[in-house]
Amino acid sequence: MTSQASIEAVWRTESRRVLATLIRLLRDFDRAEEALNDAFLAAAEQWPRQGIPANPRAWLVSAGRFKAIDRIRRKARFDVVAAELALEEEAQMPPEAETIADDQLRLIFVCCHPEVPADARIAMTLRETCGLTTEEIAAAFLARPTTIAQRIVRAKNRIRDLELPYEVPEPQDLAERLDAVLRTIYLIFNEGYAASHGDSLLRADLCAEAIRLARLLIALLADPDAEVEGLLALMLLQHSRRDARTDAAGDVVLIADQDRRLWDRAEIAEGVALVGRLMAGRELTAYGIEAAIAAQHAVAAAPQATNWGEIVRLYDLLLRADASPIVSLNRAVAIAMRDGPEIGLAEIDAIRQGGVLGEFRYLHAARADLLRRLGRNEEARAAYVAALELTHQAAEQRFLEGRLRELSLPSP
Amino acid sequence: MLYLCLVHFDDKDVFSRLSEAEKRELDINSLGYDTELAASGNLVRAQALQPPETAVLVRVRDGRISATDGPFLETKEQLGGFILIEARDLNDAIRIAAGIPLARHGTIEVRPVYQIPRHDEATAS
Repeated sequence: MTSQASIEAVWRTESRRVLATLIRLLRDFDRAEEALNDAFLAAAEQWPRQGIPANPRAWLVSAGRFKAIDRIRRKARFDVVAAELALEEEAQMPPEAETIADDQLRLIFVCCHPEVPADARIAMTLRETCGLTTEEIAAAFLARPTTIAQRIVRAKNRIRDLELPYEVPEPQDLAERLDAVLRTIYLIFNEGYAASHGDSLLRADLCAEAIRLARLLIALLADPDAEVEGLLALMLLQHSRRDARTDAAGDVVLIADQDRRLWDRAEIAEGVALVGRLMAGRELTAYGIEAAIAAQHAVAAAPQATNWGEIVRLYDLLLRADASPIVSLNRAVAIAMRDGPEIGLAEIDAIRQGGVLGEFRYLHAARADLLRRLGRNEEARAAYVAALELTHQAAEQRFLEGRLRELSLPSP
Repeated sequence: MLYLCLVHFDDKDVFSRLSEAEKRELDINSLGYDTELAASGNLVRAQALQPPETAVLVRVRDGRISATDGPFLETKEQLGGFILIEARDLNDAIRIAAGIPLARHGTIEVRPVYQIPRHDEATAS
């Protein structure tokens, strides 16, 4: 017996792969989505009587393609191009297993194409590759569904107008194109990890989708890629702390105060193992070094056991791979932990004088914390106020307000 | 999810500008698209409407029924028909709406259906 539930299970595991192949065969996102819908409709009719075919994916691809050709034929008297396409597609052979894997890669690369605007890349990737609905993406990003829908429509128009190729990039372009894909995955993760707006700090679903995407990418790429593995390790190690990062009331718990028993040991083990392999390898990547820093925190049994010396050394290394002021800021915080708040504060003030991070809430929050530890309460209060003004996230606001209140209390 | 596609025309001259052959083709294509949506499982109900001058506006105020001539609003846009569809998400609904033959002549407004929450009847009575 084939139940509705088992067809739905096939939808969950196969629909994105079938869509990826149909986009290649039909050369059009909308036509492919229509064909995917038709294929599952045919499955719902035929599988209960005939049983699930041995290779449901291949069955769905050929059913979808057949239905699409049928539609095109019916319209063909109005449309010469469509007629040509129908004839051409008919000559094609059924897809092989490896072309289907490549189709998924093609889909990821076209969704994250540098010519597609960055915010649309995220929406396209989550919808076309992960199978989230427009409404689900909107809910995750606290955006209106109409906004997300328009982004997707515009992105598809752009892909069509620019005739962006539906292909895995050639080896000479792979690094650059992969970079755009990884950045998209990391943006999805970050939105889940530290939501920029809204009531709750974490949206673990987005983190899980980003991790799934990185795993998929690793499985699909012909050669192991240090950058993708570094990103996966980094995300696993960050994600491992999800249950400890907020308390029952949804408030922020800093890493030093977290209950380390809540950290996900399996994710830490996988992340640490990946880091070990990557750091022993020839090619050090920014994601890999960031993962190595996260691993230092993950393996410390208690906050005071953290190896801050090693963390500062890794930040030095990271600055060479990715000389950004945010990396400098994190390095300054690590230096404060290693050498004391005064020295860390001098580092942060040097960055602040550089001028780029003046609007960055974490710079002010980090400064405030060091000033507080030095007992310079007036300055600390001003820095917390500056951080608060730049924070739009409820849990973080509550945290900063709490610190401000503590500073206003008379010293014991 | 259910979406209502409301077919608006920019003005009522849209059809008078079409030739008889074009009107005929539009009819054939519109009915054809309905059949297609029925076959793909997306169609719940599709219907064209008679012109706005045929509308009657009904209100009940203080127990009295009033019926006045339509249309409801004096706008250039007129509601010419609707298609209620079942689609996977908003972008799927947009794809289906874009296929409506009248999308080439007017504007399709796509509205997600709102599920009225069911309240406990015991408390309502």
